[in-house]
Amino acid sequence: MTKLLFSEPEWDFATLDRTYKAIEEIALNDLKLDVYPNQIEVISSEQMLDAYSSLAMPLMYNHWSFGKLFAREEVLYRMGYSALAYEIVINSSPCISYLLEENTMTMQALVMAHAAFGHNHFFKNNYLFRQWTNAESILDYLAFAKKYIAACEERHGRDEVEATLDSAHALMDQGVFRYRRPPKPSRDRVLEKRRRRAQYDEEAYNELWRTLPAGVEPPSAPPVVDPEDEFSGEMKLPEENLLYFIEKNSPTLKAWQRETLRIVRNLSQYFYPQRQLKVMNEGCATFVHYTIMNLLFDRGLITEGSWMEFMHSHTSVVFQPDFNDRRYSGFNPYALGYGMMADIRRICEDPTPEDRDWFPEFAGKGAWIDTLKTAWANYRDESFIEQFLSPKVMRDFRLFALYDKADESVYKVSDIHNESGYRAVRSKLARQFDASTADPNIQVVSADLKGNRTLHLAHNMHRGVPLHNQTKELVLAHVERLWGHDVKLEEQAA
Amino acid sequence: MTHFIDRRLNPKGKSLGNRQRFLRRARTQIREAVQKSLKDAAVADIGKERKIKISARGTNEPRFRLDPRTSGERDFVLPGNKDFTPGDTIDKPKTGAGQGGKEASDSGEGEDDFEFTMTQEEILDIFFEDLELPNLVRTTLKETPNKVWRRAGISTSGAPTQINLLRTMRNSFGRRLALKRPSQADIDHLQSELDRAEQETPTSDEKIAVLKEQLARANAKRKWVGFIDPIDVRFNSFVEQPVPTSQAVMFCLMDVSGSMGEREKDLAKRFYMLLHLFLKRRYKKVDVVFIRHTHDAQEVDEQEFFYSRQSGGTIVSTALDKMLEIQKERYATADWNIYAAQASDGYTQSGDARHCVDLLNQAIMPLCQYYAYIEILDEREMEVFASEDSGAELWRAYRTVAEEWPNFATKRIAKPSDIFPVFHELFKKSEAAG
Repeated sequence: MTKLLFSEPEWDFATLDRTYKAIEEIALNDLKLDVYPNQIEVISSEQMLDAYSSLAMPLMYNHWSFGKLFAREEVLYRMGYSALAYEIVINSSPCISYLLEENTMTMQALVMAHAAFGHNHFFKNNYLFRQWTNAESILDYLAFAKKYIAACEERHGRDEVEATLDSAHALMDQGVFRYRRPPKPSRDRVLEKRRRRAQYDEEAYNELWRTLPAGVEPPSAPPVVDPEDEFSGEMKLPEENLLYFIEKNSPTLKAWQRETLRIVRNLSQYFYPQRQLKVMNEGCATFVHYTIMNLLFDRGLITEGSWMEFMHSHTSVVFQPDFNDRRYSGFNPYALGYGMMADIRRICEDPTPEDRDWFPEFAGKGAWIDTLKTAWANYRDESFIEQFLSPKVMRDFRLFALYDKADESVYKVSDIHNESGYRAVRSKLARQFDASTADPNIQVVSADLKGNRTLHLAHNMHRGVPLHNQTKELVLAHVERLWGHDVKLEEQAA
Repeated sequence: MTHFIDRRLNPKGKSLGNRQRFLRRARTQIREAVQKSLKDAAVADIGKERKIKISARGTNEPRFRLDPRTSGERDFVLPGNKDFTPGDTIDKPKTGAGQGGKEASDSGEGEDDFEFTMTQEEILDIFFEDLELPNLVRTTLKETPNKVWRRAGISTSGAPTQINLLRTMRNSFGRRLALKRPSQADIDHLQSELDRAEQETPTSDEKIAVLKEQLARANAKRKWVGFIDPIDVRFNSFVEQPVPTSQAVMFCLMDVSGSMGEREKDLAKRFYMLLHLFLKRRYKKVDVVFIRHTHDAQEVDEQEFFYSRQSGGTIVSTALDKMLEIQKERYATADWNIYAAQASDGYTQSGDARHCVDLLNQAIMPLCQYYAYIEILDEREMEVFASEDSGAELWRAYRTVAEEWPNFATKRIAKPSDIFPVFHELFKKSEAAG
């Protein structure tokens, strides 16, 4: 009696189920992963394109930018420039993973290990996801958002809604709380608030307003003060979350526009941890699928042919082109994350004297899965690199640091992967992965609500790097549209 | 407790709404791009799915981003060191090339053009968005699909009035043959033999008995193998079928004589091509009749019309005669909306223009919903005939028709880029609504 889970490339649901159970066995008993319940959905390539273009979420409100994304992806896919992702996984509970129907059975196994266990464990355990996103309620919230935006389009016209969404999207990167916990978007509270706003509108309705000449708007509802809202009341300045500030304080926005801003802001906040965890999230999933697939092979559950197929796709996933390679487009988070995590395992199991110097806490201690799980739970890209990037990985990747001053015509190589450069390269790479320094630091410094209502923003320049001038003007136009009055942005040395 | 869910049968095209919003958003640029793309394309390629490149302006999504190129300083790390050591310098890439391009697209902010594929439907929608075949709108509105009884073969049941005798008799004959039904002649023959046997002397009782029995059996058989059995009977069957009543026929008339050069023909071809596409797209039931003429006119198929050559003199009125003839034969005004479009370089035999005008005024215009005349000039002529009032003989003659009939239009084309505006103007929606 053969133990093989499958030997043919074609898959069916019985085989999927059998394989899933074998993978689950390894993931839960050998690796002791802690996951949300899984929901696995098989979709066609066209549906995969659909999912791509709605920010990989199963539901999303309608907006032209998603259509643009779809059109672009479709061209790339049709011309064969880019293959489709094998899977999409959603940080929700239950954790939804999409499998592409065209995958072979080996690929389905890889994808289940990668998404349903690797990503899933990471979503459930990493502190950023735990603290900043709400896996249980995200799908409900998206359903609400989609309906709400559709209702607004019906009531206020597509153009109005589109304009508001455009402006809100322009400020998405400035629509997150980076350092403090955001107020939780509970669906009930949202509905309650909306109801109260609608009630105010009804009470404040006055037949006389209809006699105003066209173009003159009746005064809109003042922001409703929510006693549970920790931020309500006085403006707290400076404020880094521009969308939040405008939503609460804009003198001109109507109730539905505030709600729309809030939706965009909540979405942005939901995605913010993912931007800080690219390397770790993909690294964790890749490391998990690599470990599980190898265990399946070691235990005689998959054929040698399957294993070769898996290795082929694994190596192309973790391929890192050199900086001067035509294929280079920045660091491959899969490669870096997987490289570092595989190296942590090596250090735990078979350390060199150098490793013992650098990582006395866990070198040679053996319990690699515990070390990794601690890292997965408690770090983000920046701190993970700062803490765990080993000299060996730096040598493997042949990392080197450049210094760039705008008025010089050359880059200067400042540090390379040698004894005197390791720490500097490591710190600089860590900074590079810090989302809060990659985004410009823009804050609301004051808003003259009693006077001419000018909104003052400040960009605190990091090491003298200014904003890109053209896009600055375009985005400021959007800010003015939302604020309704003059907006001034000053760039100042931090 | 895992759930596997098969979503493959779920409706796809979930982002269709988003696509429509995108097309609507980029309308202006897409329209420009589509028209440019169609203008340069070969005539036969017009109705195909094609790639459209629009500039990113209007659909860009600006975000605040840093620009370390203008001032300030930064450190960054790259993989794949070759042989650099600290202190080495590397030339910065030229702005806009290499790494610069990459960074621009990273932030989704590049000024690059945006390329995507549009389906034929979407392209034609854009091109035809504010066009409409004049006057057909109103007739289309009252269009209730008429029902007509059409033959639908033979059936085994039906009303007695619908019996198909031929089929019924054929079946009956076959069955009678197969079952060996005695014919009347057989019976008569037996009867006469029996009679003879009875008269014979001496009478042979035996023979008589045999013949009697034969006769009795034959008569019995004739009874149970009927001449016509219910299973033989066949009926003509009819079903009700809707027929579109608002049908249109478009007559395309073109001068292919020697005075029409390669360039003129090409322009005319383009005009008709668009017209043809427009008709096929807009209306479900549209016949298109192609008539080309030199000194006499012929009805030809589409391929001939656009691509074959012929030389000869020019008598425009022959085409009009031909059109009338075809119309009388096949397109009764009660059932058809009649449209005509004529392309010519404006030359005709002297005196013929007068004849054309008479034909138009008396016979053709009363039948036609709309008649468009396109005159193809070269660019120098276009300048000479800047005014509507001056022109070749046919043009001047047709102007008088245009004054009399509001549904008669005349336009001039000198270069491919003239076609689109003219096309728009000829079939403007507002005219139809008026």
